[in-house]
Amino acid sequence: MKTDIILSGVGGQGILTIAFVLDNAALSRGLHFKQAEVHGMSQRGGAVYSYLRIADRPIWSDLVPEGQGDMILSVEPLEVQRYLHYLSREGVVISNTAPHKNIPDYPEEAAVLSALLDLPRCVLVDAAAIAAAGRQPKAQNMAMVGAATPFLPFDLADYEPFVRRLFEAKGEALVQGNLAVLRMGWNVGRTVQQLLTQGVPTRQVNSFLLRVTPETVDPDRANEVAVALHGPGAEAFLQEAGGKMPLDAALARCR
Amino acid sequence: MGDREVWLGDEAVAMAAVHAGISGVYGYPGTPSTEIFEAVEAVALREGIHAHWSANEKVAYEEALGMSFAGRRSIVTMKHVGLNVAADAFMNSAVTGVHGGLVLTVADDPGMHSSQNEQDSRYYAHFALVPCLEPADQQQAYEMTREALDLSEAVGLPVVLRLVTRLAHSRASVLPGPRVPQKPLDVWRDPMTFTLLPQNARIQYRRLTEKQADLLHRSETSRWNVLSDGPRHDRGFLVNGIAWNYLMEAFGGECPHPVLRIGQYPVPVDLMRSLVERVEEVVVVEEGYPFLEERLRGIVGIPGKAIRGKLDGTLPRTGELNPTIVAASLGLPVAQGLRPTLGEVPGRPPTLCPGCSHTDSFLEVREAMKPYGDLRVFSDIGCYTLGFYSPLNAIHSCVDMGASISMAAGAAHAGARPVVAAIGDSTFAHSGITPLLTAIRQNVDFTVVILDNGTVAMTGTQKTLATGEDLDRIVLGLGLDPDHLKVIEPHKMRAEEQVAIIRREIEYPGTSVIIARRACVQALRRGVV
Repeated sequence: MKTDIILSGVGGQGILTIAFVLDNAALSRGLHFKQAEVHGMSQRGGAVYSYLRIADRPIWSDLVPEGQGDMILSVEPLEVQRYLHYLSREGVVISNTAPHKNIPDYPEEAAVLSALLDLPRCVLVDAAAIAAAGRQPKAQNMAMVGAATPFLPFDLADYEPFVRRLFEAKGEALVQGNLAVLRMGWNVGRTVQQLLTQGVPTRQVNSFLLRVTPETVDPDRANEVAVALHGPGAEAFLQEAGGKMPLDAALARCR
Repeated sequence: MGDREVWLGDEAVAMAAVHAGISGVYGYPGTPSTEIFEAVEAVALREGIHAHWSANEKVAYEEALGMSFAGRRSIVTMKHVGLNVAADAFMNSAVTGVHGGLVLTVADDPGMHSSQNEQDSRYYAHFALVPCLEPADQQQAYEMTREALDLSEAVGLPVVLRLVTRLAHSRASVLPGPRVPQKPLDVWRDPMTFTLLPQNARIQYRRLTEKQADLLHRSETSRWNVLSDGPRHDRGFLVNGIAWNYLMEAFGGECPHPVLRIGQYPVPVDLMRSLVERVEEVVVVEEGYPFLEERLRGIVGIPGKAIRGKLDGTLPRTGELNPTIVAASLGLPVAQGLRPTLGEVPGRPPTLCPGCSHTDSFLEVREAMKPYGDLRVFSDIGCYTLGFYSPLNAIHSCVDMGASISMAAGAAHAGARPVVAAIGDSTFAHSGITPLLTAIRQNVDFTVVILDNGTVAMTGTQKTLATGEDLDRIVLGLGLDPDHLKVIEPHKMRAEEQVAIIRREIEYPGTSVIIARRACVQALRRGVV
């Protein structure tokens, strides 16, 4: 077993916090890991990345070889494009939907997200919405970790001790809030994973789930989503621009 | 023995040094070495270890040498170019030798992630005739640091521990070893050893050369220099440090050729010969300069043997290695990844933070220089080097710590006018004071802008040694005419008035200093200013 991950984002977005949680989960599972990160000049608002390699056998290189990555986990949607050459054909992209526009030539937002929906396997995560649903607006990176976890050799329970270590000084409510955000992220990732496995296209799955309020996403109802996406109202529903609604309402719109 | 820990390569070095009983850590911040010092600093009070940043690497190294003189162990941390600053002390400490263990932990930056060159510190160890250890992973970084302190005392020499960015800044789990206590104070008695008068230095230098046979023997028998065999002898590999990881990655963990893996220097001559004798060609895979390759090849090469590496273009001469480059260079299969699905992906270079005082300072300096046409601003090493990028386009040089002032002075000597130097407060304390003193004594016709944000910002807001009124007093103490020291708080709201001040000082035909003082936004956020 090996999982090679590229973590990406923009300096200051906290990808090292994600790395901290994943490193420690690997350690507690007795797995080998190496995690190379970037410090210094590039942290000042520039493109930043970290390689995280997890395996059940010794790992040689700290860097992921091109074309062999299993996951790009990006807290910024444009940044995914910079690292796609690392991803294998079976690899998955887990990306936040929120753009970080600190450059003058940032492409049109819709084009950035649409390009990700062209990928064979992608999970788009509205991390801000998930964090808000958990009343932890700063916990967007926990939503990303949660969404990635169904594709990793970890359970959510693996993170609890480290989430506790990160936040317990600020109170139990914060610990619980972060755990709830992790769970909601996981629900999104797990639902997308099941639908992709069944052959539902990336574009359809993600367009649908981005219209669903995070707290109502339920991987146990993935089959209902698969069926609803064949419904007469599905195409129109996926193409309209609109706000989020509970899962039942979204399913009803498609049927 | 403790449990496994998750450590950066830098942190593994730091904790090894703590566990090996250092009494002091010395250094100046510099990517990718900074976290070594910081990890010791984090436990320094508890452990009774001296941990205060020094003004520059030379000061740091000399302080460590003093601690060694007093019989106690220490490490000195710096980035590769910092060793240029400390080189005088370093080279001569090989001649004096050491008493308490002294390890120079120097982090090279192949690929220049955050540096102005990719010089290879192994040449310094070779130059100084001292041993060098070079880890390939975090566990080795831990074990080698401890061994380096022991080795330093065993041979009576400073020992270099060479790290590279991809190990310094990579995390893995490390199994720590048992702890040993700090050494008692034991001040060196012999007045000759550390007094490098020519008469003494000749004796000491001969002693240094006499130690070389022992150092070579230690390398030949070191557990870090390993020659492994393989079924195919058409080719063999000579690798250093983390290059070994990439070679193993390329071969999926099982290399069918003989491999000589180097982790301890001086170069083990017999082992190199053994490798060469059993293969038809040697491929040298090195992270850094072609140091091993040059030593192996010599000037005339080895008759009948092909030697491949960075010098013949088998591997790229510049930049860092990675598993893909190594595999491709050796003709091994390289996987194709996905292609971008969005046409043009714009670059995202690092920038000055929103609200950064340097931005306002540069805008004001630019405005003040406008009547003179061409802008000539000599600058320096720090966040403000990002003033190079659009839309500021505010600086025209960045060479080495302190060079802004000296280069500006030289340009002024040549007749350039107006000439401005822009330097940060910490870089000024590091290497700006002596060139400013030199300029003031000559009343050089230029203006020095000291960008005082109260911290060492680029490397993570470490404590600066000269800020605020202390900085003003230092500048005046150098002999500057007090009428031509102007302190401003750069801000858009007061730009007009401040531009006028800067312009007046630029027009003044002599040395003037503007201190642009406003706290770093990162430091404010972290509450460290």
